[in-house]
Amino acid sequence: MSVATKTARETVEIVRESGRDRDRNLASIAFLVGLWFSLFFGVMVLVVLILDTAISGSSRFDANLLTEYISRISPETSGFRAGILGTLWLMVATAVLAVPLGIAAAIWLEEFSDNTKWYNRILEVNLQNLAAVPSIVYGLLAVATMTLLGFQATGIVLGGAIALALLILPVIIITTREALRAVPQDIRQGSLALGATVWQTTWRQTLPSAIPGISTGTILGISRAIGEAAPLVVVGLAGSVRFDPTGITSVITALPQQIYSLTSQSQEEYQTAASAAIVVLLVMVLGLNALAIVIRNKFQRTW
Amino acid sequence: MATQPATASTKKDSDEMVHLTSESHSRRELPDIPPDPVMELERLNVYYGSFHAVHDVNLRFGKNEITALIGPSGCGKSTVLRCLNRMNDLVSGARVEGQVNYHGTNIYGRGVDPIAVRTNIGMVFQKPNPFPKSIYDNIAYGPRVTGMGVGNMDDLVEEALRGAALWDEVKDKLKQSAYGLSGGQQQRLCIARTIATRPEVILMDEPCSALDPIATSRIEELMHSLRDDFTIIIVTHNMQQAARVSDRTAFFTARPDETTGDRTGLLVEFDRTASIFSKPADTRTEDYISGRFG
Repeated sequence: MSVATKTARETVEIVRESGRDRDRNLASIAFLVGLWFSLFFGVMVLVVLILDTAISGSSRFDANLLTEYISRISPETSGFRAGILGTLWLMVATAVLAVPLGIAAAIWLEEFSDNTKWYNRILEVNLQNLAAVPSIVYGLLAVATMTLLGFQATGIVLGGAIALALLILPVIIITTREALRAVPQDIRQGSLALGATVWQTTWRQTLPSAIPGISTGTILGISRAIGEAAPLVVVGLAGSVRFDPTGITSVITALPQQIYSLTSQSQEEYQTAASAAIVVLLVMVLGLNALAIVIRNKFQRTW
Repeated sequence: MATQPATASTKKDSDEMVHLTSESHSRRELPDIPPDPVMELERLNVYYGSFHAVHDVNLRFGKNEITALIGPSGCGKSTVLRCLNRMNDLVSGARVEGQVNYHGTNIYGRGVDPIAVRTNIGMVFQKPNPFPKSIYDNIAYGPRVTGMGVGNMDDLVEEALRGAALWDEVKDKLKQSAYGLSGGQQQRLCIARTIATRPEVILMDEPCSALDPIATSRIEELMHSLRDDFTIIIVTHNMQQAARVSDRTAFFTARPDETTGDRTGLLVEFDRTASIFSKPADTRTEDYISGRFG
């Protein structure tokens, strides 16, 4: 019998006789049960909510839900065509505004700035704080921006996109920085040692290697943005619109905003439609998250 | 190539090693000091913040010679190497005093572009670091970013891979990822990548420390063939390697500061490799090469 086996057996014996296995005393078992309960509770609440919503909206899973506008005359055929199109427009406009800006900011912070300088450290702390600012504040910021830009109309694509872009900018910057940081220093040094500039190194080596991480973070940011209603309310998006958006200055509504306004209506049909719309929104968000996971798994590189 | 035992603890052992060394270098007659140095260090001092890493190093690197920098851990040999192509610029808080002359011009002088320095003085790192690209693109990267005039990129890639004794192994898979190569092949790819930019000097920072003995001996053979076209400066932990490959050897050691305990690196002895390993002038060198410390 080897020394190791013998020692292990002796230890087991000691534990059995004295009952001193520290992972199996009452306090730790109670703690473990508490942990399991917390997990179970959280997951159950979520499952019940989703199921309840899906069941109450199930009578409305039809084509009208996607192709019709909200109707006062026949609430039972109301659809979310305007909201879905509005949300898609917002998604694209938000991405166009936030992605280049966020990636550029992250590249500067990660590859060029000297983080021993005090002003850069202040910048970093503020970035972390920005990610925790309530989303409604970004709505106010967007209203101010639109006023400064001279737009009279409220509730248009651009206003909403500015609010959502500001909202997800910190998220994009932080995830992009993490993706850049995951590229080994060896690669940068190898490139610089061949006579490449820092800019060439970033553009040709670091950034391409970080793209899977950057796209994952960006998609997650956007999926967070399309679920937001509060900043859109502040920007003045209408609860109901009866035409399709045609450009970034079109007046629109968005799916979360429509859900919000319908749930405050008294008619049973609107409540049902709102439940069905929640499921549509969930499918969109989960679809984006699934895309992010696919990208991450497909292009993830181990160094 | 014969491999010596890892430690040469007796006088007899070190005599054998000297024998081997003098044999492998008998073809080259070397003057006492490099007459026309490609690079020259004058009173080089390096600081990281308040930490004094290297103290007053004076060294000359001869053209088409292989110079080995040896010494125990923390003796500053890698720091010195990284000063030679301004890679230390990338370490925040690093400060260099004294002169690092390349053909008489101080590369730390005002108005010297570190990018230009690095195109003339290439570097191979401890761990093979191929880019996540094809073998072909790894080689073509340097010439592309530096914008050097290349007639035909295909020819240049072949020339560089032949120069690094890798062509026959990879000629049929140039478009495949460099990550499919073995560690030794990756390191030779990194050497090929460096020679593709046609530098004059190649710095090697413990290039074999991550490789097995067979891959190591192939790199060492390669270094001998590269000596005709390049000046090579190699940092190595392995004394046998220094004895096998180099023409001259510089021995560094670390001197602890009496008050702070910081270890500052300094140059102890610089001579022809044969002399360093047969009749070192300094007892610290003798202690180190005979395995008494380090």
